[in-house]
Amino acid sequence: MEIILFEIALTFYFAAVTVGILELFKSTKTSSFIMIGLVVAGFALHTANIIARYIMSGHIPIANMHEASSFFSWCIVMLFLFLEYRYNLGLLGSFIMPVVFVFMFSSSMLPRKMEPLSPVLQSYWLGIHTILAFIGDAAFAMAFGIGIMYLIQEHYVKSKHLGGLFQRLPSLQILDEVNYRLITIGFPFLTLAIITGSLWAESAWGKFWRWDPKEVWSLVTWFIYAVVLHVRLIAGWRGKRAAILSIIGFCAILFTFFGVNFILKSMHTFS
Amino acid sequence: MKVLVIGLNHKTANVDIREKLAFNGPKLEEGVFGLRKIPEVKEAALLSTCNRVELYACVSNAAAAADHIKDFLSQFHSIKRQDFEKSLYLHSDYDAIRHIFRVSSSLDSMVLGEPQILGQIKDAFDFALGKKTTGVLLNKLMKKAISTAKRVRTETRIAENAVSISFAAVELAKKIFTNLSGKSFMLLGAGEMAELAARHLVNNGVTDVMVVNRTYERGCDLAGEFNGKAVKFENFLDELVHTDIIICSTGAPAYVLRKDQMLKVMKERKHRPVFIIDISVPRNIDPGINKIDNVYLYDVDDLQEVVDTNIHGRKVEAEKAEKIVDEEVDKFIRWMSSLNSVPTIVALRQKAEDIKKEEFDKFKNKFPGMDDEKTKAVEYLTSAIINKLIHPPTVALKEDSEDRDELIAMIKKLYGINGEEE
Repeated sequence: MEIILFEIALTFYFAAVTVGILELFKSTKTSSFIMIGLVVAGFALHTANIIARYIMSGHIPIANMHEASSFFSWCIVMLFLFLEYRYNLGLLGSFIMPVVFVFMFSSSMLPRKMEPLSPVLQSYWLGIHTILAFIGDAAFAMAFGIGIMYLIQEHYVKSKHLGGLFQRLPSLQILDEVNYRLITIGFPFLTLAIITGSLWAESAWGKFWRWDPKEVWSLVTWFIYAVVLHVRLIAGWRGKRAAILSIIGFCAILFTFFGVNFILKSMHTFS
Repeated sequence: MKVLVIGLNHKTANVDIREKLAFNGPKLEEGVFGLRKIPEVKEAALLSTCNRVELYACVSNAAAAADHIKDFLSQFHSIKRQDFEKSLYLHSDYDAIRHIFRVSSSLDSMVLGEPQILGQIKDAFDFALGKKTTGVLLNKLMKKAISTAKRVRTETRIAENAVSISFAAVELAKKIFTNLSGKSFMLLGAGEMAELAARHLVNNGVTDVMVVNRTYERGCDLAGEFNGKAVKFENFLDELVHTDIIICSTGAPAYVLRKDQMLKVMKERKHRPVFIIDISVPRNIDPGINKIDNVYLYDVDDLQEVVDTNIHGRKVEAEKAEKIVDEEVDKFIRWMSSLNSVPTIVALRQKAEDIKKEEFDKFKNKFPGMDDEKTKAVEYLTSAIINKLIHPPTVALKEDSEDRDELIAMIKKLYGINGEEE
């Protein structure tokens, strides 16, 4: 049952991505309406899937890579729907839904078996730590999509060739503002995730910090975003540079998420 | 009834003929009534703008009506027929409807896609409606002209991009700053184009206006016009730190703003974006400044190129718009011919009723001793038979089919219904 929900949600997201990409070439009011409709439908099913897994397993469903990827996508979609409602940034969906789909698709490829939690994960820290981390990362994912939109729009205005998406992309100022706001939201969540993570590590393994690859890469990510905020406030690095930094930051997150689990050995790898 | 359009526009007549034939102010009312008084004209409306004068009418005889309308124009404006006749265009039926739809959709405008014409058409018809000179046909035509224009606007991008330099500047500013309200703006120098662009910016919400001029008094005058403050030329660099949009048109022989100066300004502004428009020829602002992050410098050629691209874009969109217009014209023509099917249906019904009555009377004469109940039963039977028989042709007539005109003619022939007035 919950697997069917997941598959249908994935299908809806895939349809949304397709419409979103078609929108880049030709957009009408109905096509953007259809895209949002597909995302909302996918999101509803996705939510049902997560609730179903929670009820069936009895714990928050972030206990293996399948669940973690799926939950992360869910956070991004939620944030996307919120931004869409609040700012209505043209073409945002076309840029962010592919990111969601990548995570959903990789989630669908990973083993989905529900296993009992290993003793080390049986802690209230699991919910707190992971939810904080995922909300922060979702904000950074969004900042990544918006950063790309900024670079494209900036290229149009700078090169004076106002073709293609110029009319439909939002203004440079609003893109820069939302990008900044997202990072100011993501950063405290990431900070808290690292703090709760080390508290959890202390209670589970007796040590706050063990230079585990995941910990190291989280710290790298944290430093990148700290630099983004710092240079913005002190030296006024905004616009293009801020957009590039937010893209680099998200690449670090991607590595922390996938790279560390698949390439490096970490005790964060799920049971 | 035929739809007729007689008129002239910027393509067929130059301004001295257009102004002679214009219906301004009180002339509009007299004109509409005068037009309606022509015997062949059953419905009338009148559009008069600076680019066109058009008379819309539903007439019983197109040729006679056209002739009378020309006489009317000649008398009304006290101008000889031969002086304006060759500037006139005359459309009837399909072409007339298509012409009206093209005009309302701004496909016939001097600036393709400009939005004012739709409002002008609306006003013209509202006026005629108020004066009760229109009827079913023109009212419907009017509604369709407006809805077609709206369809064109939503389904194509014909009205989207700026097609004048000053509007292109405003459009760009909006893609850099979102909202122009609260932005500060500096007019460096003076000149017609620069002032026009400045006015558009102020109309779009720019609040903080500074005017810099070599002659301080001239600067003060201009500043007064824009509700801004005058700044001495020597001090303009200091003001750049809190200026978001600059229009430069100084006529200086060399650069008044160099890259190294701008780099310093940007650092002081903490790299908040600046939009600079250099209208002066030779250019007054170092083109290298565009390479600085968050500075966007456009010169007159850049803006012209934007405008050219947009004009080309509108032409491409106009092709799509023409298709929409054709669709709507076809729909309208079909609606018009459906009007003719109603009298045919009525006549068909009448014919059947007549036959029934005739035969029923004969029947009653043949069997005089029949009781009431049986007579009623027979009458019921005959009614049922004619209803069944005329039902399919009635449905066919009501249907919105391609070949309805032929169908109407055929049914009239088959059932021996004489054409009425048509």
